Amino acid sequence: MLDGTDLVYSYDGTFEGLMCCVFESYECKESPCLIRPPSVQQTIFDTSKWIETDSQKADRVYNSIPVKISSEAQELVKLGFLTCEENKELLILRFLRLGFKVGGKVMTMLTDEVVCSLQKAVRHLTSESHKFKGFIRFSVFGEALVAVIEPKNYVLPLLSAHFCDRYKVEKFMIYDKTHSVALIYQSNRAELIEVEGLTLPNVDSTEAKYRLLWKQFYNTIAIEGRTNPRCRMTLMPKRYWNQMTEFDNMSDLFQIQVQVAETKQAIPNDINKTADKTTRYQIQGS
Amino acid sequence: MGNAAKAGICHSFSADGRCISLLKVLMTNVCVFDCKYCINRESNDTPRAAFTPQELAELTINFYRRNYIEGLFLSSGVIKNPNYTAEQMIKALELLRNVYHFNGYIHVKAIPGADSELITRLGLLADRMSINIELPSQESLRLLAPSKSKESILRPMGLISTKIQENRTDLVKYRHASRFVPAGQSTQLIVGATPDTDHKILTLTEGLYKKYGLKRVFFSAYMPVAENSLLPAIDTKPPLIREHRLYQADWLLRFYGFEAKELLDEQNPNFNLQVDPKCNWALNNMDKFPVEINRASHEMLLRVPGIGVISAQRIITARRNGTLDFTSLKKLGVVLKRAQYFITCQGKIMEGLKITSDSTIRTLMSDQYKLPSYQEQLRLFDEPFISREEVQQCLTAQI
Repeated sequence: MLDGTDLVYSYDGTFEGLMCCVFESYECKESPCLIRPPSVQQTIFDTSKWIETDSQKADRVYNSIPVKISSEAQELVKLGFLTCEENKELLILRFLRLGFKVGGKVMTMLTDEVVCSLQKAVRHLTSESHKFKGFIRFSVFGEALVAVIEPKNYVLPLLSAHFCDRYKVEKFMIYDKTHSVALIYQSNRAELIEVEGLTLPNVDSTEAKYRLLWKQFYNTIAIEGRTNPRCRMTLMPKRYWNQMTEFDNMSDLFQIQVQVAETKQAIPNDINKTADKTTRYQIQGS
Repeated sequence: MGNAAKAGICHSFSADGRCISLLKVLMTNVCVFDCKYCINRESNDTPRAAFTPQELAELTINFYRRNYIEGLFLSSGVIKNPNYTAEQMIKALELLRNVYHFNGYIHVKAIPGADSELITRLGLLADRMSINIELPSQESLRLLAPSKSKESILRPMGLISTKIQENRTDLVKYRHASRFVPAGQSTQLIVGATPDTDHKILTLTEGLYKKYGLKRVFFSAYMPVAENSLLPAIDTKPPLIREHRLYQADWLLRFYGFEAKELLDEQNPNFNLQVDPKCNWALNNMDKFPVEINRASHEMLLRVPGIGVISAQRIITARRNGTLDFTSLKKLGVVLKRAQYFITCQGKIMEGLKITSDSTIRTLMSDQYKLPSYQEQLRLFDEPFISREEVQQCLTAQI
């Protein structure tokens, strides 16, 4: 749209791939009107151009952001990629083009359409991930803690540091149902792994006891004379309730088996990552 | 195990819309005090129970592991005597910290009347400590909480505040000095149990922030649980709007640079229930408005009704890159509903804005008071409030 073409880029859906799209856009002096990840269906009108992922090109673009724009801009782009914004790829491209043109000032151009939309999308992401820091509920199965979430944005990378620090000596897993990815932490290592499906084993009596105690506490703490369902709903929208113990009717407790597809992305401060394509991840049942 | 996040994390919201982040429990509801408003007062016939320190520690750890809670909020009735109670609480916290290696958040209530040595030990185990002021005046305390006095509340409060100060210098000197109440102290006041005015409460609050360096003062609308001739009738509705107004004013004190005396005085000792405190202040100070968005200082932007801390910051950032108009304000996320009456952009008021008495006062009033007819409100409330004419005068004369 920048120059009125109907050029479409398609890329492999990774962050590096997107950086290569930015590279391509500069190299060929062209502005696509759409950048399509593999998950989006091609329409017949597209004249789609496949952008090959090349880590050297990606690094060149990525490393130039803090130099030419600012490290805050780099952070914004990184986070922007995790949002559920429909046109995040295009927003990021346009943001970077603007940034490379005007420099660090771009972060203060809050009234610009692109900057404003990207920041809004990132705010949605960060506020959702902050909510999940509180609303995630773990269940104890043997020695492992397991939680299931259904976020709109891809929040796991943002939750990782918080929960790894909090449960340093535990083994835990947070399964993101929306994106079919799980964050698995054990013996001081965290990994993001693609998981196709998850069924949980029956809970034991201790787990059931604490769930019950929690529900009782939850119901007791509310003061009848001050009931305010609208306020509760604003602060804790109903879409979070599905996975929360206090609203749980004990129906989702089945046998568990986790299919591990492959290591998707390692957590930044983690050194060793293994890509074992056919591992079956077994959670200690009770 | 465990950590604590700086801004705090809400883990759930109860049916009354309040945040649940801590496991809020009493060590015991046995109490030798006889505060008239309290359900656990000695003279009340209610079942009594107590946690052992071990039970409490286990419960906390197990809730924490499942991410139900951010930590523990431990209070207690006074069992046997204040010192014994404090010792029981110390035992529970020591178990948590030393045996279970719990690093999460702990908020503990200091027991009024306990020895300062015990209070100090509690403070070294907890992140935050609080002592409830309960009632805003000595007179009210004497009537309703005869076992507590201003002295027994303010003395430990002063002790904690001094200790925090000392600890701060210690931490600079010795890196490994143990931390005393690192998250500061707070307190709570009951609103509506006694005839104390908002002015009194707010001035007290301001004093507590300034003099004792408190982190927060909480207000709690009085909810009758006991019948007593000294108390409001048992079917009295809790003054929720009043509590809300006090919290709004509390925010104005802490984040908006207001002083208590600007908001209320002897002549107007109570908050206007229909208009929020900031709007009320603005209407009484119309000579300071309208404010030019492109030039106003940060302090003044914060005083515009409808503009909050975040909006003010965004305006400051964005106007470095060029002049702002009403469309750009909307893009920044500034809510213009109330602000529109108090601001100009490049010298102009918002296009199409009609300042008529009825529509203006309706917009400025809180939602819960929007009734079909203005006349009805005149009959419903007999507290003093700003009349329609006054608003009209203010607005038309100035803009």
